[in-house]
Amino acid sequence: MENEVQVKTEHLVKRYPMGAESFPALQDINLQFMKGEFTGIVGPSGSGKTTLLNIIGTLDKPTEGEALLLGKTISKLTHKEGAKIRNEHLGFIFQTYNLLPVYTVFENVEFPLLLLSMEKKERDEAVWQALEWMQITEKAKVKPNQLSGGQAQRVAIARSIVKKPKIVIADEPTANLDAKNSHRILQLMVDLNKDLQTTFIFSTHDEKVIQYLRRIINLEDGRVASDELVELNGIATQE
Amino acid sequence: MIRFILKGVLRDRSRSLIPVLIVAIGVTLTVLIYGWMNGVVDNLMRTNAYYNTGHLKVATRAYWTEAEQLPNDLALTGMDRLLTFLHKNYPDVEWKPRIRFGGLLDIPGPNDETREQGPTAGIALDLFESGKWAERRLFKLQESLVKGRLPRTQNEVLLSNQMARSMNIDMGDEATLIGSTMYGGMAMYNFKVVGVLTFGVQLLDRGSMIAHLNAVQRALNMDNACSEIYGIFKNDIYSAERAADIKQDFNRQKSKPDDAFSPQMKLLTDQQGLGELLPVYRSAWLVLLLIFVAAMSIVLWNAGLMAGIRRYGEIGVRLAMGEDKGHLYRMMIAESVIIGLIGSVLGTAIGLAGTYYLQSVGVDISGFMEDASMFIMDRVRARVTPTSYVIGFIPGLLATILGTSISGIGIYKRQTSQLFKELET
Ligand SMILES: Nc1ncnc2c1ncn2[C@@H]1O[C@H](COP(=O)(O)OP(=O)(O)O)[C@@H](O)[C@H]1O
Ligand SMILES: [Mg+2]
Repeated sequence: MENEVQVKTEHLVKRYPMGAESFPALQDINLQFMKGEFTGIVGPSGSGKTTLLNIIGTLDKPTEGEALLLGKTISKLTHKEGAKIRNEHLGFIFQTYNLLPVYTVFENVEFPLLLLSMEKKERDEAVWQALEWMQITEKAKVKPNQLSGGQAQRVAIARSIVKKPKIVIADEPTANLDAKNSHRILQLMVDLNKDLQTTFIFSTHDEKVIQYLRRIINLEDGRVASDELVELNGIATQE
Repeated sequence: MIRFILKGVLRDRSRSLIPVLIVAIGVTLTVLIYGWMNGVVDNLMRTNAYYNTGHLKVATRAYWTEAEQLPNDLALTGMDRLLTFLHKNYPDVEWKPRIRFGGLLDIPGPNDETREQGPTAGIALDLFESGKWAERRLFKLQESLVKGRLPRTQNEVLLSNQMARSMNIDMGDEATLIGSTMYGGMAMYNFKVVGVLTFGVQLLDRGSMIAHLNAVQRALNMDNACSEIYGIFKNDIYSAERAADIKQDFNRQKSKPDDAFSPQMKLLTDQQGLGELLPVYRSAWLVLLLIFVAAMSIVLWNAGLMAGIRRYGEIGVRLAMGEDKGHLYRMMIAESVIIGLIGSVLGTAIGLAGTYYLQSVGVDISGFMEDASMFIMDRVRARVTPTSYVIGFIPGLLATILGTSISGIGIYKRQTSQLFKELET
């Protein structure tokens, strides 16, 4: 199972209309993501990171070429099918945590499980476990406005992994965090990746994050500039 | 999931308070107006039935054509047989013979000269019958008495307070009725005034006189005759269907188109334009209900749009997490149902309290009724009916659901491709 391909793009192109012209945000992207990967898409602002994550996450569609997610052709998914895949198999983490303000930490983490119509007992167990993984159980009854940025992002990660999705997609998850919290969050994500075999794909242009990556994909002007696997001892090797 | 939504609605005051208040206000008004219109219709029906039209009324065909002039020369003769027939064939109805008469009331002074004289509109009833449906009770004579006592002998009469005052009549005064007999001759008959009444019905309080049926029959030479026979359903509820059946059956058996003196029965709704008036009052609240639903929907639609802006992020995350748009839309509607229910319960409670208050206290409308020619009690009381408890939920729920359905359409326009960007600012 280690070699299961979860995401695959073939000659993927994404153009945004710009007046009469169109602007190519992604050009000829050919990538594969395997189960259990811990991959960072790195590049300066405007290089196309969000656009790529959008398509992989079924939130947008390619203009040309193809993208496959868990064996499904993304361009052919209806809105409903896309929602179903996201619901069942994907977790999202946002740069701003986007917790639901009226609900407690526990309820925020519980929400994706309600969408899956999971039984109460099973749900409670899963929520507590996710909170434990993220070391935030003591805040379970608290509302998001009483959390620090780092705590809020840990809750957001707990929410994204509570249903044990196959893939977690995160767009610049540390952009709003200080160094200490960024490190803590990356370490937690690395641990989850190891324990649950969850695939992590995230974008970043944060230097602090790069040392945790197992694979670095460099985007420049919508093209893959490099794609490197990182040895566990920290030495990068050309693929 | 519904519990989850309920928690959200209850906790997020800014999301629910305004809509709940809007709904509550609309519902309160609906319940109040509904109860008020019920009271008005009830009042009109009752006042007319007892004092003016009966639920059913029999008179001669000729009498009907000029009924306002109280043409007693066209009265019903053979009254006893007719009453026997009515009682036997329609035992669910109380049948009451009455004579309505006009005339001059002459109050003699100490030396038999006229001290005061004035026109009067009289009603002759059986003042001495007993039982639940005694005329005394229908006319609420005891309750309406403001001075003196009820008659004990046949020639004792009651006058309306207004008339007694304007003619300086004291209890025990003699009063001579000057009118015309059934056969067109002049009638003079001496009565004794023993009591003064205020009915609380403008048309009766202006100048009426209540006398005993037999005495008036003697006074006007109306032996075994009366001008009108009133029918009141024994359960006190006007059944349009049953009334129509009785009318048809009676007229078929007794009424002859070629005989102007044959009796003819009419319904409450055949008289005084009540047939047109009552449905208008009955449906007035429906029109108001529609107006409320429309107004509340528009306000709630806007409140929904504002909430949508405030909850842009939430909706975005939920879409990203894989909640499908239809589900999200339905959950928003579920929220609005909860809000509609809370607002409706609140509004119904306030509205009922108000209706009960207006039911026990009533509102005096005599100021508006001075020149009116409608038989209506001056004090109109709202009336709580079982429907009062549920009627408010119709506009309450309809408006919230409608408002949210329209404002929630925005969810379908939301582009998932923009979610990351929207959620990151
Ligand atoms: N909806 C859009 N319409 C037009 N241009 C867009 C849109 N979204 C992104 N772009 C452009 O595409 C390029 C890539 O954007 P993005 O994927 O957000 O980059 P990154 O996430 O790496 O900062 C940018 O130049 C951006 O201006
Ligand atoms: Mg970006």
